[in-house]
Amino acid sequence: MCKENNHSPLQNREAKDADLPLEAAQTEVDGFDQVFDMQMNRRSAFKRITAGLVAGIGAAATSCSVAGSEKSAEKAQMEWEEYFKGNYKVMTEEEKKATVKRIEKSYEQRSGNSLSVSSKEATPGVLFGYAFNISKCQGYMDCINACVEENNQDRSTQMQYIRIHEIEKGHGINFEKADDNYYHEVPAKNHFYMGTQCFHCENPPCVEVCPVQATWKEEDGIVVIDYDWCIGCRYCMAACPYDGRRFNWQTPEIKESEVNKNQHYLGNRLRKKGVMEKCTFCIQRSRNGKNPACVEACPTGARIFGNLLDPTSEIRWVLENKKVFRLKEDLGTEPKFWYYMD
Amino acid sequence: MKVLIQFIKDGLFTITHGRKSYHVWMSVLTLAMLVGAYCYYIQLDEGLAVTGMSDNVSWGLYISNFTFLVGVAAAAVMLVLPTYILKDLDFKQAVLIGEGLAVAALIMCIAFVVADVGGPANLWHMIPGIGTFNFPNSMLAWDMIVLNGYLLINITIPLYILGKHYMNKKANEKVYLPGVFLSVFWAVGIHMVTAFLYQGLQARPFWNNALLGPRFLASAFAAGPALIIIILGIIRKYTKFQIEEKTIKKIAKVVTVAAQINLVMLGSELFKEFYSPTHHSQSAFYLFFGLDGKGALVPWIWTAISFNVFATVILTFHKLRNNMNILYTACLLLFVAIWIEKGFGLIVPGFIPGSYGKIVEYMPSMIEVGVTLGIWAMGAFIFTVLARVGISIETGQMRYKK
Repeated sequence: MCKENNHSPLQNREAKDADLPLEAAQTEVDGFDQVFDMQMNRRSAFKRITAGLVAGIGAAATSCSVAGSEKSAEKAQMEWEEYFKGNYKVMTEEEKKATVKRIEKSYEQRSGNSLSVSSKEATPGVLFGYAFNISKCQGYMDCINACVEENNQDRSTQMQYIRIHEIEKGHGINFEKADDNYYHEVPAKNHFYMGTQCFHCENPPCVEVCPVQATWKEEDGIVVIDYDWCIGCRYCMAACPYDGRRFNWQTPEIKESEVNKNQHYLGNRLRKKGVMEKCTFCIQRSRNGKNPACVEACPTGARIFGNLLDPTSEIRWVLENKKVFRLKEDLGTEPKFWYYMD
Repeated sequence: MKVLIQFIKDGLFTITHGRKSYHVWMSVLTLAMLVGAYCYYIQLDEGLAVTGMSDNVSWGLYISNFTFLVGVAAAAVMLVLPTYILKDLDFKQAVLIGEGLAVAALIMCIAFVVADVGGPANLWHMIPGIGTFNFPNSMLAWDMIVLNGYLLINITIPLYILGKHYMNKKANEKVYLPGVFLSVFWAVGIHMVTAFLYQGLQARPFWNNALLGPRFLASAFAAGPALIIIILGIIRKYTKFQIEEKTIKKIAKVVTVAAQINLVMLGSELFKEFYSPTHHSQSAFYLFFGLDGKGALVPWIWTAISFNVFATVILTFHKLRNNMNILYTACLLLFVAIWIEKGFGLIVPGFIPGSYGKIVEYMPSMIEVGVTLGIWAMGAFIFTVLARVGISIETGQMRYKK
């Protein structure tokens, strides 16, 4: 233990005050009023108290170490703010910007490389939908590879959002006659292929059951997860009828050179162990007018993606001119993912 | 305040002094808890990958034990109701034991949930006001409210009554009776809400069944009091606490009726699954007969069914039930049967076959078993402490002296 510890209460107070330049500038008050007479809501109060606390701890730790002190204190402060930042769903615009900035900065500190994390909101008048042409899919799985690379999935457990089911012909669409884990040349004789992933339901059961509202449906219909808010109870996994959700059973691993640095907070930013994740229709791409990686990668053109509210979109043409159906429609989940045949 | 300090001092004295067998028992439990804590440390460090759970079967031993223990906790109501509300004096000696058991079971429930989540450090996200609590939509949010509420009720009522007795005073009915009424409804609530947690999922036909809630209640009111009978038998043998045989016999009647109702409901479920088997009966086929040559649960469920039927038949005959040793055996069989059936016999088949018919089995890892045993040991430890203090006060050994 070191003696300089005695200084920490003072530094703590200083750090706290430094944290509040706005309030201090607005009115001339002494330190006592500043601390006790401030108007704040519960969350910000909680945050300030804890931030002050960690700054104090950081200061105490710093005074003991000789070098690199300022950086580590800053890092501790940042980690603390990240831990108590709240649910993205209810954040204000500034809070969203702040957390995105913190994520970028902390990645830079860790790896020395820069990162771009977006917090782009849904565009009004857009509702995303997806269609899958069963006649065209040949089971090449290029979609899966593209998805894994685009979305920074864990390589060590080979996490995949998309499953391609190889189904034996002659039994209809019978998943009991299907295999989603095949290793042979495709297309296999006497088989057809069907892809599944998160269907971005209009009535998503997974969203209903989440005890902390860490998952929700965005304005453009994409069902997203705040990875930092998820507690990892896996109730959503039990509630999903479509095997659309994945859990990080261990710390996800991905080579630095393979990290897709073009990220979205609700999309492909790096995850941690013990939280859920899933397909987001490549939110980092689709919100910028691009197709999801799976659509772009598909060599057969079996995958169609677009805005359901745009009457001229390709997806609308498919829905209006093809005989489309969805899986497990009796459950009332209203997926925005249709299948059709030529 | 002075009384409180003295109470804590006396309580500590009571729980740290006992005969040799008591110390051995507590040491064994402590050891099991330490092993469990070590296993949990490994799980925290490496993630839930060290368990047997997977993307296919995403809930396992932890949630199974949680579900079962909610039933054990709810069972206290079967003693509370006759004692405080129907004024049946025969139950009076047993009721404190029942409430102590409820407290221990609830703490175990919460511990199992904490052990199961991937981010225990994020659990504060559930605290209303600070986090974003998904109430009333999420059944898990409801469950957290009812479990913690029930825990609070079951701590405060006995604490009040025992505290008064400790101070050589009489407990005032007007103070604790409203809480007792509340706890009766609350007990039914905790088990129904826990059933709804599963029952409400359209994705899992094995659970999505209107009988699940009522069956939870019936099996809970059989397994919980069965455990209480066994515990009362032990207490009768090893302590000076007077528990009359007719108290145990009355509880046995409760167990019998609940076990009978449970069997009727089981029959109804089996009929529905196997008389007109649909696509949705696959999980039941897996559980009872195995699917595609995979049948890890088959021996377990048949053990459970045979124990269950055998115990219920024994309990049904007055002559057999009134023989204490036979009664204890029957209660033990029933308890084990329902632990299997309402535990992993219910949770695991919900995930098999998977959403698209895939059959992937689940086998708990040693780490998982270690954590589970540790939590059970913790429950037994807590119960022993509570029961020991409670009994010492009731027998007059531990009283406040001015």
